[in-house]
Amino acid sequence: MNSLIACKDLWKVYRVGDVEVQALRGLSLSIDQGEFVAIMGSSGSGKSTLMNILGCLDQPSRGHYWLNGIDTGSLRPDQLAEIRNQQIGFVFQNFNLIPRASALENTQLPLFYRGLSVREQRALAAAALERVGLHGREGHSPTQLSGGQQQRVAIARALVATPSLLLADEPTGNLDTQSSREIMDILSALNQDGMTVILVTHESDVAAFASREIMIKDGQIQSDRATKGHVHATEG
Amino acid sequence: MFIWLTIVTALRILRRNRLRAGLTLLGIVIGVAAVIAMVSIGEGAKQAVQKQIASIGTNVIMIWPSATRVGGVRGAQGSAVTLTVADAMELKKKVPLLTETGWSIKNVTQIVHGNRNCNSPVYGVSTSYLHIRDWRLSSGGPFTQTDMDSAALVAILGQTVVNEIFEPGEEPLGALIRINNVPLRVIGVLSPKGQSLYGSDQDDVVVIPFSTAERKVLGTMFLGSVGGVYVSTGRVEDLQEATEEIRQVMRARHRIKGEEPDDFTIRTQVEIGMVQEETSETLTVMLMVIACVSLLVGGIGIMNILLVSVTERTREIGIRMAVGAKRVHIMMQFLIEAMTLGVVGGLIGIACGILAARLTTIIAGWPTIISTDAVVVAFIFSVVVGLFFGLYPANKAARLNPIEALRYE
Repeated sequence: MNSLIACKDLWKVYRVGDVEVQALRGLSLSIDQGEFVAIMGSSGSGKSTLMNILGCLDQPSRGHYWLNGIDTGSLRPDQLAEIRNQQIGFVFQNFNLIPRASALENTQLPLFYRGLSVREQRALAAAALERVGLHGREGHSPTQLSGGQQQRVAIARALVATPSLLLADEPTGNLDTQSSREIMDILSALNQDGMTVILVTHESDVAAFASREIMIKDGQIQSDRATKGHVHATEG
Repeated sequence: MFIWLTIVTALRILRRNRLRAGLTLLGIVIGVAAVIAMVSIGEGAKQAVQKQIASIGTNVIMIWPSATRVGGVRGAQGSAVTLTVADAMELKKKVPLLTETGWSIKNVTQIVHGNRNCNSPVYGVSTSYLHIRDWRLSSGGPFTQTDMDSAALVAILGQTVVNEIFEPGEEPLGALIRINNVPLRVIGVLSPKGQSLYGSDQDDVVVIPFSTAERKVLGTMFLGSVGGVYVSTGRVEDLQEATEEIRQVMRARHRIKGEEPDDFTIRTQVEIGMVQEETSETLTVMLMVIACVSLLVGGIGIMNILLVSVTERTREIGIRMAVGAKRVHIMMQFLIEAMTLGVVGGLIGIACGILAARLTTIIAGWPTIISTDAVVVAFIFSVVVGLFFGLYPANKAARLNPIEALRYE
C-alpha cells in the first residue's frame, strides 16, 4: 500500500424514489503521492461521486478506499471529519466561502477546528493567503473580491492545513480565462512543491495542466493515461 | 479556546440580525423581568407584613368580646360587654403558658391642649399592656403601679397626637392636656409604629392607666368590663396550645355549653399575618406561572429562530463540515448561539425587572426588595431555556449530510 490513494471495486448506489442509480460501478484506482491527476467525464458520469468519496465527504456502498493506508470504510463520521481536516483540502467550483467572514477568517477555518491558538491560526492563514497572491486583502469579505480572488482564498483555505491531498472540483468552472489561468498556475505550483492534486474538469485545456488524465464514463474508468504537463513539465 | 471563539462568532451573528434577535429575546426578557419584579414585590410585601406583626408582638393573643345578638340583629364586634378584668385574672391563674396578661378599654374622644384639639382613640390599659403590645417610649417614663392603683391623672401620647395638639418644637412632657374635660399630665411619648396591617395609624393614640379611664375619663357601663384582653406566651410555638386553653377557660367561666358559639373572639397576630401572606403568595404564584409561560414562549421563539438560522446557514454548515468540523463542533456552535440568546435575554430581563420593581415602589408606593436569589434563579433559568430549546436545532444542524449541505442553495 505505497500509493496515497487506493480504491478497489468502488460501488455507489443511490435510490431516487423507486429508481436505483448506480453512480459508481466497480471502480478501482490508485494514485501516488505527488501526482497531478485530472478526472474528466461528462455530467452524470460519476466523477463528482468519486470526488466526494475521495474527499471523505461520502462513503462507498461497496468496495474499499484506502487513504494513506487507512481503510476509510470503517471510520465513523467524526473520524472522517478529522481526516478532512488534516489530510484533505477542497476547492469547489462555487468557491464555498463563508459570506460574512473575511478572507483571513475563511482561511483560518480548518485551523480553528484543529484547535490552534488564534495567533497561530492568523499567522498560518496570512502566510497561505500570501502564497496565493492575496497579501493585503486579509480583511476583505468574499463579496469584495473578484471570482478569481475568491477561488484563491479557497485555495489558501485548502492548503493552510498542509494536506496530503488537494481536491479541486471544477475549480475554474465559474471563472474567466484569465482567472482560470491564474488558478491553474497556482495549482501547478503547489503540485511542483510536492502536493498531490486531483482535479475534476470537463475542459480539456484545464486538464492539460495535469500529468495524468482519467476519463470516467458510466461509473467506470474508460481511460487512464499519462499526459505531458502543458505548462509545467513533470517527470511523467 | 474553541468555545470562546464560538461565543464571539455567535455574538457577531446576533448583532448582524439585531431586530430578529431582539424580537426573539422579547419572550425571555418579559419572562425574566416578570419573575424578578414579582418576587421583589412579593418579598417587599412579605417583609412589610412581618415588620407589622413584629410591631405588635408575634406571640400575642388577643381576646375580644363577641358581638351582641339581639334576635336577628348582630352588633359590631366588641359591642358586647362580656369580657372583664376578672376573666383576665382567671386566665393568668389557669393558663400557665401565659407569661403576661393585660387588658384595655378604648373610646374615641376629644383631646385638647391649649387652643388645639383632635379626636383620637384613648386606651385605658393595665400595667403590662404596653410591654405586651411592644410599645416603647421615645421619651418620658411608663406608668407606675402607684399610677394604676391611685387612678393617677397621667397620660402617654402617640406621636401623631403629639403632632396634632402641640406646636412644632413644643415640649409635650409635663404638659397638661384635657380629655373629656379631665386634666391629665403627659408623662411619656410613644415611639412611632407606623401603619397597622389594616392601614390605620397606630400612632394616633393616647394611653392612660386603666383605673383612670374607668373611673375618671372614659367611664364604663359596669365596673371591670374591658374592650380586650391581651396575653402573651413565652414562645411563639406555644401560641396554638395557649389559644386552645384560653378558649376552654373562657367557655367554662362564661358557662357556654356544648355547641353554643363562643361569646368572645380569639386572634393571634400570626394568623392575621398569615392571611396577608397567603394573599401575597397566591399573587406571587399566579405571576410566577405567567412568568414561566412567558419563558416557555421565549424558549420556543429561540428554537424557531435557530431552526431558521440552521436552514439559512445550511451551506455554511456544509463548508464547515468539509474543512473538518465534527458534529460536536456544529452542535456547540448552535447551542452556544442559543445560550447567548438566553444570557442576553436574561441580562436585559434582569435590568427590566429591577427597573419595574423600582418603578412600582416609586409610583404605587409598594415596598419592593430585589431578591438576589430571584435574580440568580431567573438568570440560570433563562440560560437553561436557551440551552434546552437550542438542543433540537443544534442537533438538526449537526446531523446534516455534508454533501447535501454543500449543495444547498
